Amino acid sequence: MSADSEDEFMSGMSSEGGFEDGNESDSVSFGEEFEDDEPALDFGLHDKDITSAPKKPYEVDFDVFGPRDIQKYQDKQIDEVGAILGQPPESTAILLRHARWNKERLIEGYMDHPEDVLEKAGLGLAGAVPAKTMVVDGFVCDICCEDEPGLETYAMKCGHRYCAECYRHYLSQKIREEGEAARIQCPGDGCSRIVDSKTLELLVEDDLKDRYHELLTRTYVDDKDNLKWCPAPNCIYAVECGVKKRDLNRIVPTVRCDCGHYFCFGCTLNDHLPTPCALVKMWLKKCEDDSETANWISANTKECPRCNSTIEKNGGCNHMTCRKCKNEFCWICMGVWSEHGTSWYNCNRYEEKSGSDARDAQAKSRQSLERYLHYYNRYANHEQSAKLDKDIYLKTEKKMTNLQSSSGMSWIEVQFLDTASQALQQCRQTLKWTYAFAYYLARNNLTEIFEDNQKDLEMAVENLSEMFEKPTSELAALKVDMMDKTSYCNKRRIILLSDTAENLKNGSWKFNIDINTA
Amino acid sequence: MAGSQRRIAKELAEITKDTPEGVTANLVDESDVYRWSILMEGPEDSPYAGGQFKLLLTLPVDYPFKPPALKFETKIYHPNVTNDDKGAMCLGILKSEEWKPSSKISAVLRTARSLLAEPNPDDAVETSIAEQFKNDRKEFERVAKEWVTRYASKRA
Repeated sequence: MSADSEDEFMSGMSSEGGFEDGNESDSVSFGEEFEDDEPALDFGLHDKDITSAPKKPYEVDFDVFGPRDIQKYQDKQIDEVGAILGQPPESTAILLRHARWNKERLIEGYMDHPEDVLEKAGLGLAGAVPAKTMVVDGFVCDICCEDEPGLETYAMKCGHRYCAECYRHYLSQKIREEGEAARIQCPGDGCSRIVDSKTLELLVEDDLKDRYHELLTRTYVDDKDNLKWCPAPNCIYAVECGVKKRDLNRIVPTVRCDCGHYFCFGCTLNDHLPTPCALVKMWLKKCEDDSETANWISANTKECPRCNSTIEKNGGCNHMTCRKCKNEFCWICMGVWSEHGTSWYNCNRYEEKSGSDARDAQAKSRQSLERYLHYYNRYANHEQSAKLDKDIYLKTEKKMTNLQSSSGMSWIEVQFLDTASQALQQCRQTLKWTYAFAYYLARNNLTEIFEDNQKDLEMAVENLSEMFEKPTSELAALKVDMMDKTSYCNKRRIILLSDTAENLKNGSWKFNIDINTA
Repeated sequence: MAGSQRRIAKELAEITKDTPEGVTANLVDESDVYRWSILMEGPEDSPYAGGQFKLLLTLPVDYPFKPPALKFETKIYHPNVTNDDKGAMCLGILKSEEWKPSSKISAVLRTARSLLAEPNPDDAVETSIAEQFKNDRKEFERVAKEWVTRYASKRA
């Protein structure tokens, strides 16, 4: 897809004129059941018609765009809107950025109150002044206080005039150090006029212009809800997806960037199928903060009834002496030891109500901790195994080379190893998140089906993973077996994800927490 | 561009000539124009009335393209000043998004003093003081006055 994306984009531009008018439900089948309040802003043709395989329930439509596509699309929108508003491109660009690229709202607002709209976008005080520097008699620069005759000066339409050197310095500092582009204001105190691209072209050195345009493209993607940058380091692509924020409890929009990175369009974290973003957020927070330490403390310790120091019992004897305040008490009933009278070392207050309440609370806390640890250990284990598998993956290439020379197989014929290790990575990633998902599931029939699917995938993955540990000499003979196991893994993953996604979409899952408050 | 020295000298001269109300400004050290020592009187009709606050204004080398930094050296009980040894004041004009090369130090000092007269609890750095300012103004003023007596009385 990567090689074609630009061509598709181009053909979309030339053949379909107003391609951004495309109806969203065409491109995002999931969106059909949610009412849409704004039309989709499509980039171009979708490859829906080209790909033959039907879409899985957990898959979403998306497109990947490079920097040039984005630039072209911006320019095209600017031209269109500029023609409607009768504004030059540089002003239109500012207006569109100010309106966060909602062109319908911009055009509507402009038709009603053009002056207001211009003023708010920092384009007030219209009047044609060409962008050029000039020398003004008796000029003193308010920034550097230079008053030398013949000083080159510059001002935008707002009339705040400074020496060209200060202006340049100001702009380059904003661009280079503060990473600003679309919203650089006039250097005049309290003036909110935005520095337009003509001024930039005039005053800024060429190497900084590239940076400026890069930053502008960046803000464009940042401003659009249906566009997101791929979070992979140094990746230059942006992904377009129509899934809205409000849909995220019903779908997990996983996309694949052209750089190969799988990520969730909802939260931009790594692929976390089948778990919805809200649960992912909750789970990561739970694993991260020390709420579980607190849980451990309440499960394993008590507080000294006198000084409230936290005490862990380190021996069998119930006669406790607080290290800190020397208070002597009974671990079971927490009463003062001296009041135990003759029943020392055999607490006869065991059945007291207060004592049994305390024990209930403790048992509950312990149970919840054990439940968490059950899921956490499996989650962490798959994470760890995925890392180990990744190490193997890195060695795979070497294995493939060895295999070629030892078995006389061609490069194409040893690709099965690469395919297998990629499948392994992806399945482990999925398995890992099934445990976070299961932690929040309330028990019912669906949960049992889910656990069966989870078990099947887990077995398939472990079987495949095991084969990677075989010596290279045996691999050639295992090729068919390995390919079978790989496709079985992928199949189990698809079954699990499809089932989970269907239920999520239909709102059939019952969670033990309120997913909407996450 | 004649470097920042010329501009700073001009601003210092202007401030000495036309001092903002309740403020005096001097260089910490005559040979260093980048460090200003500010004395600010607590505004009348505020719990800080009668107090004198010492502040340090530091100008970056890149001044006026970058904003100055303002720090309370006298402890003050105020929602917008950090209650630590930094004594940093949360002032919009001091943020790089709002600061403009043509903004002036005198404006900074005026804004700082007007924040003493009217704290802005919605943009607070000390949230507990801001809460108190909103919900228990009497107690806030009592503590603020107590701090003035303790840390900012003119004789000290």
